[in-house]
Amino acid sequence: MQTLNTTLLIIGGGPGGYVTAIRAGQLGISTILVEGESLGGTCLNIGCIPSKALIHVAEQFHQTQHHSQHSALGISVSAPTLDITKSVEWKDGIVDRLTTGVSALLKKHKVQVVQGWAKVIDGKTVEVGDTRIQCEHLVLATGSKSVNLPMLPIGGPIISSTEALAPKSVPKRLIVVGGGYIGLELGIAYRKLGAEVSVVEAQDRILPAYDAELTQPVHEALKQLGVKLYLKHSVQGFDSTNNTLQVLDPDGDVLNLETDQVLVAVGRKPNTQGWNLEGLNLAMNGSAIKIDNRCQTSMRNVYAIGDLSGEPMLAHRAMAQGEMVAELISGKSREFNPTAIAAVCFTDPELVVVGKTPDEAKAAGLDCIVSSFPFAANGRAMTLESKTGFVRVVARRDNHLIVGWQAVGVGVSELSTAFGQSLEMGARLEDIAGTIHAHPTLGEAVQEAALRALGHALHL
Amino acid sequence: MGTHVIKMPDIGEGIAEVELSVWHVKVGDLVVEDQVLADVMTDKAMVDIPSPVHGKVISLGGVPGEVMAVGSILISIEVEGAGNFKESSQPAPVAAKEAPVAAPPKVEAVAASKPVAAPRPAVCQGPMVARDADERPLASPAVRKHALDLGIQLRLVRGTGPAGRVLHEDLDAYLAEGQSNASTATAAYAQRTDEEQIPVIGMRRKIAQRMQDATQRAAHFSYVEEIDVTSVEELRTHLNEKHGASRGKLTLLPFLVRALVVALRDFPQINARYDDEAQVITRLGAVHVGVATQSDIGLMVPVVRHAEARSLWDSAQEISRLATAARNGKASRDELSGSTITLTSLGALGGIVSTPVLNLPEVAIVGVNKIVERPMVVKGQIVVRKMMNLSSSFDHRVVDGMDAAQFIQAIRGLLEQPATLFVE
Repeated sequence: MQTLNTTLLIIGGGPGGYVTAIRAGQLGISTILVEGESLGGTCLNIGCIPSKALIHVAEQFHQTQHHSQHSALGISVSAPTLDITKSVEWKDGIVDRLTTGVSALLKKHKVQVVQGWAKVIDGKTVEVGDTRIQCEHLVLATGSKSVNLPMLPIGGPIISSTEALAPKSVPKRLIVVGGGYIGLELGIAYRKLGAEVSVVEAQDRILPAYDAELTQPVHEALKQLGVKLYLKHSVQGFDSTNNTLQVLDPDGDVLNLETDQVLVAVGRKPNTQGWNLEGLNLAMNGSAIKIDNRCQTSMRNVYAIGDLSGEPMLAHRAMAQGEMVAELISGKSREFNPTAIAAVCFTDPELVVVGKTPDEAKAAGLDCIVSSFPFAANGRAMTLESKTGFVRVVARRDNHLIVGWQAVGVGVSELSTAFGQSLEMGARLEDIAGTIHAHPTLGEAVQEAALRALGHALHL
Repeated sequence: MGTHVIKMPDIGEGIAEVELSVWHVKVGDLVVEDQVLADVMTDKAMVDIPSPVHGKVISLGGVPGEVMAVGSILISIEVEGAGNFKESSQPAPVAAKEAPVAAPPKVEAVAASKPVAAPRPAVCQGPMVARDADERPLASPAVRKHALDLGIQLRLVRGTGPAGRVLHEDLDAYLAEGQSNASTATAAYAQRTDEEQIPVIGMRRKIAQRMQDATQRAAHFSYVEEIDVTSVEELRTHLNEKHGASRGKLTLLPFLVRALVVALRDFPQINARYDDEAQVITRLGAVHVGVATQSDIGLMVPVVRHAEARSLWDSAQEISRLATAARNGKASRDELSGSTITLTSLGALGGIVSTPVLNLPEVAIVGVNKIVERPMVVKGQIVVRKMMNLSSSFDHRVVDGMDAAQFIQAIRGLLEQPATLFVE
């Protein structure tokens, strides 16, 4: 058995792991990264990036179709056709370019990448095949896996997001189980690609993690797109001979929904199985590894970052944690103390939440001003054929410190940057109201929301 | 009058960042060309950063222990002439505002013409909020990071910014207060649950690695012998009385160095380096004596080169010069390497016995314990003698016990009959 020695060993080459490795390389720490599949992890290969690519294809196809029917813009085209194989090839090209880029960055920073599945031996030893790696510091970054439903095992017509992101054809009918952001992003994309889409959700509304006011524009858009919603319905099972999904309606009656495919998108869980994590006997926090504000686990010099360390399971959180852990290992003083971590849903319209929602602010005992500005009164939104949605600000009444931003509307994902900055910098309503926002942009709604909170919105 | 900026150099190991180990200058110091400004360290080497210019230090780019990017600003020096840095491109460093105390008139004129920042209003305009104990302090990410680097709990800092935001200036003010209000007076018998984690980095990490390496690789064996230093002390006192004023004071160390030199002539196997990877012992003719020295940043071992060619006073001066340089962090890399045998003495704290750790790849280290007056039996009489122990360690892999014991006995003989130190 070959033995390698290193200062830092990282298990998992996703956004958390590869960023840790790059930063460690920059700091001159000898680093080995173990990856069993592809660099870039879920995010680059079967998550964030491919889903956005598919959403873009769907949107372009949908727009063209829209122009072929009744375009108010005066554009007329003949009805478009879709070669989904080519779409998937285009998506794969983007993924390839990004993962190759990650690999080049790791090489540039002298990180040794070991291909294979890691098996933890102890807090300083990991085996990959017949290679034994000894390290001083161990970073666990194995990410998360889709949650499966026992009555809907993946296979054949029952697919997970991984299969949904590499379709060989667009099904005529698709039922999405789960009305969270993954289910809706993919459900809307498939609807725009031409499938008849239904969404089954056990709770009484879609995107149950967000408040009703915020999700209302998405709800309406789903109706307009013709996505059928089965709220307060729970899944019973799948009859593969008749291709029907059995669901229980709120009255307790069983409905048989005919479909060609069922997409199971009921959430993700930390990937703790299959690499002998139990051998370390780390303290857990539910199904995630318990960490402190330095991502340290209950074992000294063993760190856990990203989805493995629990909610919020977001790539940008994992990256920030990874960078911090590398700096900690180099001897710097660091802690993970963001004011807010933005969460974005790439539904149509998009949805972004940064910091505290009105309900969360209330629960935290804060007396807050809540104010929103609708895109219906924003010139730029109109020129984008978008009238739906709004920007909402939550600020303390006593000192006008902004504690949260939410927005829903076309293209609002990009506003997350401004929202995040204003929260991290400790901006007050007056700071945002006093910043000149370019005209005509969606960002004007941000300034106007702050102005409105101060009682003097200009364009309302 | 301009500003010359020195950036963190690429010291050629292909890494993007370098640890700043120690500053040899502070803001306001006048520096001359080639004066060492700072030491920086990579995994492999400690490197001096000399000044390429004459001038006055106006700002320092980092704090010791900080890992700085290659190319980031290390230090700014005010120089005659244009300098290499445009003032307009960046705000003048705060320290530049202080007018020099005793500078030529030309400087004063320039300093006075510089725009001075308006004094900050004492009270902020926004409402000041008293923070609850569990409330998250309000500060930008840069301020939070800086506070962490400084080890300041933001919770304790009074924020003067809008909504009680803690600003960089607030951190400076807090530091200037001397952090006296950080530690609230605790009752003498109060239970303590605080803990502090100190990252083992820089010099400490190197010392730790070397000590551990030495302990793991060498087969240490220690040998302690008692030496009657009454005669050599009498000689030392006499020499100091006679020549102290003109030649400098002698401590016992130069006598020990001389004893090593003379004894080693018969024990070449002890003035040696053992390369255990190549399995080669190199015996050296020259005696370069490392003298273990405590400095603020930890143990250093400056080296008295060619001790075999030095007189008592020559050795004494060199030991004293090196010790000062090491303590002030001004010892060069050459002065800190290349020894063939090491002397370690804790002076008045010397204790009775110590077990020194070898300075690999050397094979011997001689430890000096304290001198005490003891009743000794000499020719059937109990007399008071000055006694001192030597506690030495040898690498038993290559030095046999008999040789080591005989070597120490030779030193003992030389010190107890000090004339033999000088009789050729």
